[in-house]
Amino acid sequence: MDKRISVYRKEHFNAAHRLYNPAWDDARNLEVFGKCSYPNYHGHNYEIVVKLTGVPDPETGFVMDLKVLGDLVKKEVIAKFDHKNLNLDTPYFKNLNPTAENICLVIYEILRPLIHPDLDLQVRLYETERNFVEYPA
Amino acid sequence: MVYLTRLEHFNAAHKLYNPEWSREQNEAVFGVCANENWHGHNFDLYVTVKGEPDKDTGFICDVKVLSRIIREHIIEKLDHKNLNLDVDFMKGKMCSTENLAIGIWNELKPHIPAGAELHCIKLYETPRIYVEYFGE
Repeated sequence: MDKRISVYRKEHFNAAHRLYNPAWDDARNLEVFGKCSYPNYHGHNYEIVVKLTGVPDPETGFVMDLKVLGDLVKKEVIAKFDHKNLNLDTPYFKNLNPTAENICLVIYEILRPLIHPDLDLQVRLYETERNFVEYPA
Repeated sequence: MVYLTRLEHFNAAHKLYNPEWSREQNEAVFGVCANENWHGHNFDLYVTVKGEPDKDTGFICDVKVLSRIIREHIIEKLDHKNLNLDVDFMKGKMCSTENLAIGIWNELKPHIPAGAELHCIKLYETPRIYVEYFGE
């Protein structure tokens, strides 16, 4: 069997953030980012879906042990983001606006070196039930 | 008697932190929820009213009117806000989901249209955690 198949692991974290471009004044930030730029932060229940695509290992039948993937995502992503302020408490958004797009890209960059190079990685991030992003596109 | 529910939602930051306690005690009791720089949630708010359907309209109350009242008196005050810092009716209170549900009840009750009675505030903090308040 050499058929490629995708496996998925869902995890979640709750965090505060605000969207703000420090090169702009408050009025311009409010105009562009609306309520998302409010100074005292707001927050979301984020959900991430990590997708791996590859050929199942002939001995285990697994693309990757999903328990191992779950533990990896919890240790490398959730532990850094859960119940945190994404702007203030994580090193990733000191100079990067924590939009859903950028959070998704950061999670991809964290996970990519930790996943077997033969496997394709895709990350989907839900900021709300109705707003979600995916990388690679 | 019929029960009618409207679902609204808001996104907000908060923390669980008792200012009379030390930082260590707050962390011991509230764990990660005490994080100094806040965290946040997508809250889902279910407002249930009860009453007898009006004989002319068949409604307990016009649900669009109920929605407008919830948005005007609750969502406007909470959405994309910091619940500890920005919300007048939570000032001086612990910002738990329990207390937020009671606060929402107290804010909404005077504005419920005649013919309907406020029955329940059901507030989801996460898809797995919610509280219900019946005004008791």
